[in-house]
Amino acid sequence: MSMPAYTNEELMASVMARLLRGLRHVAVGALSPLPATAALLAGALDPSLRVTILGARAHQCFTDGGRELFDCAAQGRIDAFFLSGVQIDGNANINLVGLGDYAHPVRRFPGSFGSAYLYHLIPKVILFRQEHTPRIFVPKVDFISAAGTSPAHEYRPGGPRHLVTGRAEFAFAEGRFQLVSVHGDETVASVRAATGFDFLSPETVPMTSAPSAAELVALRGYARTQVQEIYPAFAAHAFGG
Amino acid sequence: MSTFFADIEAFVATIPDGAKLAIPPDYSGVALAATRALVRRNIRGLHLIAVPQAGLQADVLIGAGCVATLEAAGINLGEYGLAPRFTAAVLAGSIVMRDATCPAIHAGLQAAEKGIPFLPLRGILGSDLLRVRPDWRVIDNPFGINDPIVLIPAIRPDIALFHARVADRHGNVWVGVRRELMLMAHASAKTYVTVETVQTDNLLADPALAAGTIPALYIDAIQHAPGGMRPLGFEDETAHYASLANYASLAQTDAGFMDWLRTWLA
Repeated sequence: MSMPAYTNEELMASVMARLLRGLRHVAVGALSPLPATAALLAGALDPSLRVTILGARAHQCFTDGGRELFDCAAQGRIDAFFLSGVQIDGNANINLVGLGDYAHPVRRFPGSFGSAYLYHLIPKVILFRQEHTPRIFVPKVDFISAAGTSPAHEYRPGGPRHLVTGRAEFAFAEGRFQLVSVHGDETVASVRAATGFDFLSPETVPMTSAPSAAELVALRGYARTQVQEIYPAFAAHAFGG
Repeated sequence: MSTFFADIEAFVATIPDGAKLAIPPDYSGVALAATRALVRRNIRGLHLIAVPQAGLQADVLIGAGCVATLEAAGINLGEYGLAPRFTAAVLAGSIVMRDATCPAIHAGLQAAEKGIPFLPLRGILGSDLLRVRPDWRVIDNPFGINDPIVLIPAIRPDIALFHARVADRHGNVWVGVRRELMLMAHASAKTYVTVETVQTDNLLADPALAAGTIPALYIDAIQHAPGGMRPLGFEDETAHYASLANYASLAQTDAGFMDWLRTWLA
């Protein structure tokens, strides 16, 4: 088996960028280098896509302070956003707070940030997590920062639609994840072994499409240059070529 | 009206122990020189409100034992990872943590700014935040049918403390597009600002600047403190990455943090 001509980050970014096709406006939160890369790649390939990256002055237009992103989201002015978690479960609940009992945690993480709100309001939320192991993808999260699903009567124009990991791509619909494709040498069985929750899958799934030549050029040119300004440490290892 | 202070020790002297103190995120205007003066004078029992998240400033105040209660949507050191003193304090149970979500803190301050008891906010339903924040309520939208919606009570800080580019001699402060600072000033009983420069010309006289200016009406204390946000980056000034990396590494342990603190306070 020959070495792939792209990094795992480049593959994930191109998968995530393809999920943004045809949208008007994607926003990326703070501390999200991989989503920033994907959004910049998508923007490079489709100049009509507006890309907002919080914390990067060159890539955001807000003039009304920290609340503007959230007001924008509630009005439907943002089509897609990315969220992750220290735990993600099979119902797409995400945990950004801690492990163990909330009152006496064994691990503490930064906090829920805007997830509890944006998850409900932005139509296409793409979950991402490069580490794909049973400690991340658990049967049930210890703390629900943001709920994956809601009762039918609750106001919820948004929610999780996709999950992209270092091993595979999933779709999320009707309260379940479904395996869409596996990266490189992964198989349905290897992805199942790395996932702590059950998911729908045919017996075999296609291999995730490799980044195209055009995607790699945009990734290693425009996207890398821009990401370097915001996330120098990430940019130093994430790009090949 | 604004009082100009001659030195930063006098500026922070009127911030009392136990104050409910609103602070901005690391990407906005963090008053770190003032924070150092607060730690030097051994302030205790602060109720910190991160608007809506914080980093180095909150971590240092927590590590130095200045904080009793913390309300935040998230605390971390940006690219340098978890905020080690915050993490240790939550695990040890030595601070009261009031977990929030970013727009809820903005909404609470907006309610205070309007002088109303609460604001409704979409989302959040189904989150365990509602379980650990019993002060957040869910009601049925009185204008709808079977439409639950969350109510966020007003957040009225005693003092907003931040750093800004420029004040004028009339006590007006320019924050430009950093309007979360304006929200903090509107919502808080008092506002304390450190600034890079103090100018003679009235900021409100220039319409281009007036739109981004907090009038002296809301400002109580101003301290001229050039570089008052270091080692964080401020506007076009680059962050002192080596200094932040050094903090993130030393603060992993109590002893390492105390070493860092001694140097910082010296």
